[in-house]
Amino acid sequence: MTMLKEGRPTAPQALNEADTTPATATGNRALMLEEALIFEIGSTETTGVDFAEAPKVVSRLGNLARTDGIGLPGLSEQETVRHYTRLSRQNYAIDLGLFPLGSCTMKHNPRLNEKVARMPGFADLHPLAPQSTVQGALAVIHELAAWLVTLTGMHSVAMSPKAGAHGELCGLLAIRAALEARGDARSVILVPESAHGTNPATAAFCGYKVEDIPATPDGRVDLEALKARLGPDVAAVMITNPNTCGLFERDMKTISDAVHAAGAFVYCDGANFNAIVGRVRPGDLGVDAMHINLHKTFSTPHGGGGPGSGPVVLSEALAPFAPLPFVEKQGDKFVLVEEETAEDHHGQTFGRMVAFHGQMGMFTRALTYILSHGADGLRQVATDAVLNANYILRSLDDVLDAPFGGSGPCMHEALFSDKGLAEGFTTLDIAKGLIDEGFHPMTMYFPLVVHGAMLVEPTETESKAALDQFILALRSLAERAKAGDEALKGAPYFAPRRRLDETLAARKPVLTWTEPELAEAAE
Amino acid sequence: MSRYFTDEHEWIDVAGEIATVGITDYAQEQLGDIVFVELPAEGTSFEKGDDAAVVESVKAASDVYAPISGEVVETNSALEDEPALVNSDAEEDGWFFKLRIADASELEGLMNEAAYKKFVASL
Repeated sequence: MTMLKEGRPTAPQALNEADTTPATATGNRALMLEEALIFEIGSTETTGVDFAEAPKVVSRLGNLARTDGIGLPGLSEQETVRHYTRLSRQNYAIDLGLFPLGSCTMKHNPRLNEKVARMPGFADLHPLAPQSTVQGALAVIHELAAWLVTLTGMHSVAMSPKAGAHGELCGLLAIRAALEARGDARSVILVPESAHGTNPATAAFCGYKVEDIPATPDGRVDLEALKARLGPDVAAVMITNPNTCGLFERDMKTISDAVHAAGAFVYCDGANFNAIVGRVRPGDLGVDAMHINLHKTFSTPHGGGGPGSGPVVLSEALAPFAPLPFVEKQGDKFVLVEEETAEDHHGQTFGRMVAFHGQMGMFTRALTYILSHGADGLRQVATDAVLNANYILRSLDDVLDAPFGGSGPCMHEALFSDKGLAEGFTTLDIAKGLIDEGFHPMTMYFPLVVHGAMLVEPTETESKAALDQFILALRSLAERAKAGDEALKGAPYFAPRRRLDETLAARKPVLTWTEPELAEAAE
Repeated sequence: MSRYFTDEHEWIDVAGEIATVGITDYAQEQLGDIVFVELPAEGTSFEKGDDAAVVESVKAASDVYAPISGEVVETNSALEDEPALVNSDAEEDGWFFKLRIADASELEGLMNEAAYKKFVASL
């Protein structure tokens, strides 16, 4: 029998010695690809497609007509596909692992939602199609609206706002319209410190003066300070519940009663509704308006990269002022109530927020999510989201400071501070370390009421095994930061780029690409 | 010329009827690297406590309040190109705006340097 002595080696030989990673000629490292900018791959001199000669036309743009090239690089289809696929491999995604961004509710996207949203009967509709031909789509909007009203215990819902902050704008415009209708001009909106940052921005955008209400030491609205400030100039109070410290505002009903007694309205930021869906109805707490981030509570976090959807549920007092359009059922037909048809029973509407009907793609996904979970399943969503957050809080509160850990369980997110880290170590070091450990960093330095905040929202869709893996990583980083491990300050080591100079990027942003020769000539 | 301080970490230099306003060295240190400063338009009138300017660092954006009432007569345009001046020289070259003082009695409740130092030490 002949034996081949010189075969292919099948075991690594002495490759585990330190610093044996040689540089490569291309800068690529196996599957970690060093991808150039699209302008550096393609050339403005080439083109990847072969169009027929354009017909000669006489420009009617006058001196606005473009006279020179627009400078786009020409790439073949394959080059283009490869460019974006390579870039996508440098990104982190919910389909790759746990995404602990607090306040963002980065839950799994059920594939069923995607299947339904892509059905041609929904995906290929034109917003101006005759209503008789889109009865199914209108039925989806109508049924989803009924679910939202039921889950929140509110009177009605405006479906068209396109995201959370847009929903806040809708709510405040309805409040302003209601105040104007009773001839009661008010100028101030109160916003507690524990509210989302978009709340004061929305109030200021609507022309209101924003005043802060302080938080109590246990991270909730200071009820006495709020009551003391209420008066005839206060239009509304904007409260986030559960708040950005991950805590339920226990005094919500007392707050609402006091606000109503002062003739003002309660706006609730419902971005964190995931923690209470199926268990608490904001309508029972005296809320007048609340947006629901369909793209958080009902899956498709970050709107799947956008757009989101932020329907606003309204109390009976605000319902007459809701924006157009909305879907009504008349007999066995679904009808879109618009400007022409609103007069008879919706004459007080404050107007319109979007050109058409809202975010149809999110409506179909959210309704699919709701129907596949059912009422009992949604209740379980909230329970599991809160359980997972508390598991993380209690698994780490021996190594990380939990500023409100003593005041009882948290809701859907666990909050830690940088207290106790070694001198010179920050929340940023831990966040960058998480990248090396294979996770997207948590939300950091928010909420502002906590120093060096780390806000972790695991959501209900993570398994115990996934949570344990994350806890292992965060525990190790916390221990290194407390022990003063200098190497942590250099993280990330294994990302496509090392730690970036955020200050330089903010002070001297480079937002456009310039050809190297031109850039050199300009210097 | 006399210098006053507020508990919002702003300083005010008073020379005649003109007050120069900036943020304190302690404030710039707390904010971290400052990347952008938004200044009020000249001619704007403020009541004491109004939002007068915005200072943005890599950490957060913060409002700068009018420490006293008055009309803006000049702003430090150098900050628009060089916001880092606030970090390097908060209490001199990093000034924000000058006000024509509307009511000098509003200066009475403010701190002097010694009192401000004591206030910062207590934080």
